[in-house]
Amino acid sequence: MLDVSKPVRLKVEGLNAYYGESHVLHGMNIEVGRGELVTLLGHNGAGKTSTLRAIMGLIRRNGSIRFDGDELARMPANRIARRGIGYVPEERGIFASLDTTENLLLPPVVKDGGMSIAEIHTLFPNLKERARSPGTKLSGGEQQMLAMARILRTGADFLLLDEVTEGLAPVIIEQIGVVIRLLKERGFTILLVEQNFPFAATVADRHYVVESGRVVDMVPNTALSNPDEVSRLHSYLGI
Amino acid sequence: MSFVVSERKAAPNLGSTSLRVLAVVAAGVLLAAAPFFVYPIFLMKALCFALFACAFNLLLGYGGLLSFGHAAYFGAAAYVCGYAAKTLGLTPELSILAGTAASALLGVGFGWLAIRRQGIYFSMITLALAQMVFFFCVQAPFTGGEDGMQAIPRGYLFGIIDLNNTLAMYVFVVAVFLIGFGIIWRTVDSPFGEVLRAIRDNEPRAISLGYKANRYKLLAFVLSAALAGLAGSTKALVFQLASLTDVHWAMSGEVVLMTLIGGMGTIFGPVVGAVIVVAMQNYLAHLGSWVMMIQGATFIACVLLFRAGIVGTIIHYLRARRGGSSGQA
Amino acid sequence: MEILGISSQALFGQVLIGFINGAFYAMLSLGLAVIFGLLNIVNFAHGAQYMLGAFVTWMLLNYLGINYWLALVLAPVCVGLFGAMLERTMLQRIYKLDHIYGLLLTFGVALLLEGGFRQQFGVSGMPYAIPRELQGGQNLGFMFLPNYRAWVIVASVVVCASTWFLIEKTRLGSYLRAATENPKLVQAFGVNVPMMITLTYAFGAGLSALAGVMAAPIYQVSPVMGSNIIIVVFAVVVIGGMGSISGAIVSGFALGLIEGLTKVFYPEASSTVIFVVMAIVLLVKPAGLFGRTA
Repeated sequence: MLDVSKPVRLKVEGLNAYYGESHVLHGMNIEVGRGELVTLLGHNGAGKTSTLRAIMGLIRRNGSIRFDGDELARMPANRIARRGIGYVPEERGIFASLDTTENLLLPPVVKDGGMSIAEIHTLFPNLKERARSPGTKLSGGEQQMLAMARILRTGADFLLLDEVTEGLAPVIIEQIGVVIRLLKERGFTILLVEQNFPFAATVADRHYVVESGRVVDMVPNTALSNPDEVSRLHSYLGI
Repeated sequence: MSFVVSERKAAPNLGSTSLRVLAVVAAGVLLAAAPFFVYPIFLMKALCFALFACAFNLLLGYGGLLSFGHAAYFGAAAYVCGYAAKTLGLTPELSILAGTAASALLGVGFGWLAIRRQGIYFSMITLALAQMVFFFCVQAPFTGGEDGMQAIPRGYLFGIIDLNNTLAMYVFVVAVFLIGFGIIWRTVDSPFGEVLRAIRDNEPRAISLGYKANRYKLLAFVLSAALAGLAGSTKALVFQLASLTDVHWAMSGEVVLMTLIGGMGTIFGPVVGAVIVVAMQNYLAHLGSWVMMIQGATFIACVLLFRAGIVGTIIHYLRARRGGSSGQA
Repeated sequence: MEILGISSQALFGQVLIGFINGAFYAMLSLGLAVIFGLLNIVNFAHGAQYMLGAFVTWMLLNYLGINYWLALVLAPVCVGLFGAMLERTMLQRIYKLDHIYGLLLTFGVALLLEGGFRQQFGVSGMPYAIPRELQGGQNLGFMFLPNYRAWVIVASVVVCASTWFLIEKTRLGSYLRAATENPKLVQAFGVNVPMMITLTYAFGAGLSALAGVMAAPIYQVSPVMGSNIIIVVFAVVVIGGMGSISGAIVSGFALGLIEGLTKVFYPEASSTVIFVVMAIVLLVKPAGLFGRTA
């Protein structure tokens, strides 16, 4: 199914992951090609967020995670980030003891070619206005934008985005959609965890359906013109 | 909290009961035979410290509260008991009661302050308050300062039995120990003990179930302080001495060490730990400050390698052999 | 000149001593707060590391002839290295456990250090001469100000202010603050958090050693100097709360002053006044004066 013109950047094979004693991923398999935007869809607790955390090295895992030819499965999180992977966590992870600018400048630059502060401020004008506010005084939408903006500065060109539309107003979601499409145009590769399927369908190239810690199906976005494919996807998601 | 070898038992099962009976019988035989083989003064010291450690463990092992200032109750009681026996001329049992009551009172005040903060702050507060008691004892006129309160008379128990007789004193100390130990054992097994453990394991949950956590903690604190005082008072009569060593922070550290070596949250652990630490002090006394270093190294080793303690490890082993059936030694 | 029936010389003399003690409380509680923030460990060995700083200073002079000014750099570096080693070999293994284990482990380290120096040097203190450049003093009219004490006050204020600046206003400090909140996420941004934790502990240990160097000419260099001060510093930390850097500094100096004043007006209570203040603060504001959480 993978477009042959796009070389594989991330290839996850047989990935298992654990929270303490509980086994949450049971042999995940995912591929993401250069410049692709791929989503992980599925119910709460299916293992989508855990997949991102396992790739990022934040939970105990085994299996294979090849990224640009390197094996990440045994690296600590800081070295994984240094390969050019930017992570936007589900809970956004804005630091309360840092103001907006400090939050924005926190992640170290890992690669050349990151956005300048000026570019970021054009993309997210609110962040400029709120530069000195403590991070947690921002609205939910502003926090989400800050969480994305701060990794765009670092030069990371492979993004792991976790539920970036969760709990946000439609107008903000639309704004985030604009940003994500812009990032795609600029050549970013993105793995997106989403509950909001209609939103995912507006930005993604392909969708993986995750259930009980493994991938059960893959649907290209183009197939969504076929009503059978759509109803199959809906039946997974229980829509 | 999850740091203790907890015995989350639903109901005492037959296996653990028989094990306990066995332990009690063995301990009884040991206590009866021991004075014929070991110096009675050593045994009495070990018993006093064993009671002290059990009292401390009531708070740490079953309440999850690490008091780093238990020397205050031990030492203050020693002084009060000494004062009652020497200056007021009270009989030994009344002197001991006076010391115990003083510690209980101190426990009410300090406990009331300390439980306002949790976790590590609780430990720092108890340590600081105990240091206050130490400085008070350094300055107070009746403590004898650096020399301590010396020549405290053992007196006549109930005005009749001469405690200057070593065997009589030994039997008396055994009796005091058994009373204190019995109170602790009874407390741990009571509904009060159950609630205390519930608070230790998950305080917000216990509160949401309607338990007034602070009241339980304070009660445990006072009981622990009073029993530490019982141990300190008895020790003052055994050695006929109450001194600054008894209220010093190093004493607070020693009782923590005894409990850690023996096994936090086990009934017999602190007894075993106390015997080991007292023996270590006795036989290594000529090494001077090496004792302090050995204690430090033991702390480090226990925390890094041996957190369950001796009795805790034995319980684990027995439980594993019995296929995971719960029990308490 | 007399104030409230007490000669100004005596009054200001005690205020000065109080301020000096406060300087040491501030530097020690600062390090304690930084370490607690990132490592979640109450560093009982903090007093011992302070003592170690003073002893390294004394040994540098008496064994190697290295003077005070070089010791000011070398002693914190030595103790910092010792701290880094301690963190790597021991503390690292207990972060996931209950907090009490950190306290117990570092208490063991404190006993080991104090016992070792007692064995070697005995408990009576050893003098360390004030460096030649700072001998003598100034007569300010209302009091006599020894130069060395003036230096300690200035140096400690500078040390505290720079540490505050480093943590609150620099990029490095923003890593530290962020990692205190959520170490895993900071690591997922590419920061080597385990290394940062080691360096933070080393920094805290070095800071206490620096206080130890400054203390050496004022107090006797003695194995018990660490345990004497650490318990008072714990009380200071309970009063100020460990959540705030500036809180630790302010309460350190303030409590030193209160202690000094008590020595003038009611000397019997001077050794216990800080504990009494702690008890009052617990009654009035249980979370501490600057505490964010209980």
